[in-house]
Amino acid sequence: MAERSTFSDLAMEHMPSLYSAALRMTRNPADAEDLVQETYLKAYRAFDSFQAGTNLKAWLYKILTNTFINRYRAQKRRPEQSDVDDVEDLYLFRRLGGLEAAGAGRSAEDQVMDLFTDTEVKEALESLPETFRMAVLLADVEGFSYKEIADIMEVPIGTVMSRLHRGRKALQKALLEFGRERGLVG
Amino acid sequence: MTWDEFSERDCDDAIHTLYHYLDGELTTERRSIIRQHLDDCAPCLEAFDFEAEVRTMIAHKCREEVPEALRIRIAAAIQHEERQPRSDL
Repeated sequence: MAERSTFSDLAMEHMPSLYSAALRMTRNPADAEDLVQETYLKAYRAFDSFQAGTNLKAWLYKILTNTFINRYRAQKRRPEQSDVDDVEDLYLFRRLGGLEAAGAGRSAEDQVMDLFTDTEVKEALESLPETFRMAVLLADVEGFSYKEIADIMEVPIGTVMSRLHRGRKALQKALLEFGRERGLVG
Repeated sequence: MTWDEFSERDCDDAIHTLYHYLDGELTTERRSIIRQHLDDCAPCLEAFDFEAEVRTMIAHKCREEVPEALRIRIAAAIQHEERQPRSDL
């Protein structure tokens, strides 16, 4: 059980991460702000039920995710399909011709970091169907484990893995489209 | 060095478990088998590095600054809640 008086000290530091996720989910700053505010209020009210010492960030994400689904999914339901059957393993890597093509003599980190702009990465992620987008966001942006993601999204671990698998492929496909537009790939 | 010089099965195996490896979701035993293969196989190592960097790039480029107005709004909303009498007491 957690003391409400400790809520602000513990929970506020997670706001940048929650706000970033909210923006990717709602794709709209006004809705993202409302979603984060509602998440914090619900979390504050339910803080008695939070088990002190367990993962607060995961708990906040669970509230954020539930709130998002309840508030926005009904009105913005999109088909949960993504056509990635033609996307093989290492899709982006193979098409960009490996690391050398991205810039000789520079570190792998710098080369990849400069491949796409912030806007392109955000747009690519936001183009994914909702459940795939959430799985990729929770794993690749926030670094949650499969078990934590399963708990946050309230689905079995097998579903998390399949959403991640398809979501990452769809993301690479979307990124490659930007690469094509800029002539990085033929 | 190319992929052809290595046992295709070892490479397929490594690429197949690439994300589980990067996600830290392999058993210690499986992890060390893949690590061993990466030590011996430059093409697979390059592919793993690339995927790891793509992941870092995605995380890095999706960070947003919280608008100051939102911080203030949430702090005020919680302060307001704090002053409300608790219904469960």
